[in-house]
Amino acid sequence: MTPPVRIAQLSCGPEYSGIQHEIDTAAKEVNGEIFYPDVALKDIQRDFDLFGLDVRSPDLKLAIARAKELVEGRVEADAVFIATCFRCAEAAIVRNELRRYIHENSKLPVVSYSFTERTTSGTLLTRMEALTTIARRRALLARETQKGITLGLDSGSATTKAVVMKDNKIIGTGWQPTIEVLKSAQEVISHALMEAGIQRSEVQAVGTTGYGRFLVGKEIGADLIQEELTVNSKGAVFLADRQHGPATVIDIGGMDNKAISVMDGIPGTFTMGGICAGASGRFLEMTAKRLGVEITELGPLAMKGFAGKVPMNSYCIVFGTQSLVNALATGSTREDVASAACHSVAEQVFEQQLQEIDIKEPVLMVGGTSLIEGLVFAMGELLQTKIVVPPYSQYIGAVGSALLASGFIKDD
Amino acid sequence: MAKVFIYPSTSLILSDMVARYGHTPLSSAVAIREKIQTAGFESPPLQMTPEEPKKGLKWAAVEVPSGVRGRMALYGPMIENCEAAIIIDNADFAFGCMGCARTNELIKFLVRQKDIPRLDLNYPQNEEEGVKFVAAIKRFLNGLGGAK
Repeated sequence: MTPPVRIAQLSCGPEYSGIQHEIDTAAKEVNGEIFYPDVALKDIQRDFDLFGLDVRSPDLKLAIARAKELVEGRVEADAVFIATCFRCAEAAIVRNELRRYIHENSKLPVVSYSFTERTTSGTLLTRMEALTTIARRRALLARETQKGITLGLDSGSATTKAVVMKDNKIIGTGWQPTIEVLKSAQEVISHALMEAGIQRSEVQAVGTTGYGRFLVGKEIGADLIQEELTVNSKGAVFLADRQHGPATVIDIGGMDNKAISVMDGIPGTFTMGGICAGASGRFLEMTAKRLGVEITELGPLAMKGFAGKVPMNSYCIVFGTQSLVNALATGSTREDVASAACHSVAEQVFEQQLQEIDIKEPVLMVGGTSLIEGLVFAMGELLQTKIVVPPYSQYIGAVGSALLASGFIKDD
Repeated sequence: MAKVFIYPSTSLILSDMVARYGHTPLSSAVAIREKIQTAGFESPPLQMTPEEPKKGLKWAAVEVPSGVRGRMALYGPMIENCEAAIIIDNADFAFGCMGCARTNELIKFLVRQKDIPRLDLNYPQNEEEGVKFVAAIKRFLNGLGGAK
């Protein structure tokens, strides 16, 4: 049996929040093993003083000392999980600085998370899976070209996508809203195969990702079943032809968002989630519905408006919708409202998630929402950079899966 | 015999002194050992469940971090029941240490709100201060009366 990936936990509060068991369970499910880096009592003050962040909580001082043990090689680990209480300002500062410190001074993959007593192992699973994948499958993630004929499927919360690839090119695609997970998957696969002119029996390897990856992967006999953080990173740098060097991948999804800081196509730090659906593609879907346009028309409509004319804050999807209705009721134009909705979603992602990773150019926006040009424009304005939207960006997970799956072709 | 709340509540030395002078120490070891749900007796306090932060709502509002509320589920009842308290400030980690500064602030505040005998001391920095430190605790505990 493969030895477990050793994940060093730097934390304050999870045991007293009653969720340590959830962290342990999530790690075990992906063959990870949580451990606490050993640090001598006498070294805590020394390491904490050297780090220079003058916090008062002893558990945070301990976390800082443990981070130094890891970075300076006195304790070995494969990955790092940083967790502190949600709403604790002192802990938030430490969490961010430790994440940055470890990322800049070691090759350890690191993920940070702020929890409440309601955090479950299910919430943590994708993050843990990404950590263990990066630690265990570096060779697989180093793959830069797709070979043979492979199929990639992304069973997302809002839409299901499939691509067929042959010799490093996309030759067939399928897309539809996710209704019944398995049925939607079979239909997009059929469409992609038909478009490619390929029989199912000719496909040499299959990869799945997204929320339904385990269910669909088991059903269709996938060679690779992998979370969307690593898969989307690979897909993004592959399609944008930025496989080497740094990049930032932003995927505003239907249910949650991903912001990933990538080096040579492999995630270094990442965040996943979002406070509310007000910061996700779901809010833009609602906006399009209320404005009486298709989601595909929302972007061009937004580009004709001015976000500054309509006060809108979609921190919460309910309040965001109220702002939208109020704006229309007081005579705002549909264009301005569409623009404000795009700006609000971009602003939520910027404030809640992009502060937790290091933004390095190029910034790649992927996923279905990257086709909403008003959203891409708003994000570019906030980040003061030109955003790159690669071709086939809505198929990013499926492309990443097909690319990585080619590593499983028998004669490869 | 008085129920004496100690801070840091993890201090075994302080807990031992209170017991030695005939009183009942209220410390985290006492609170934690009431709930054995982990693999062994010496396991760290992982027997906390997500219910504890909810019980902690009695002492800290919902916007307070869950780690503070979970801790208060342990320490809150002790503070309510205590008849005297010893608070040691700036203690060495080895003497006894409580992980969350915000909880520590709240605990000390709640203890100081109570109209009970209380001893506030700074942790000694040398042997001479150490002797005075122990003498002060002894004097305080003897003065509580009712020792068994």
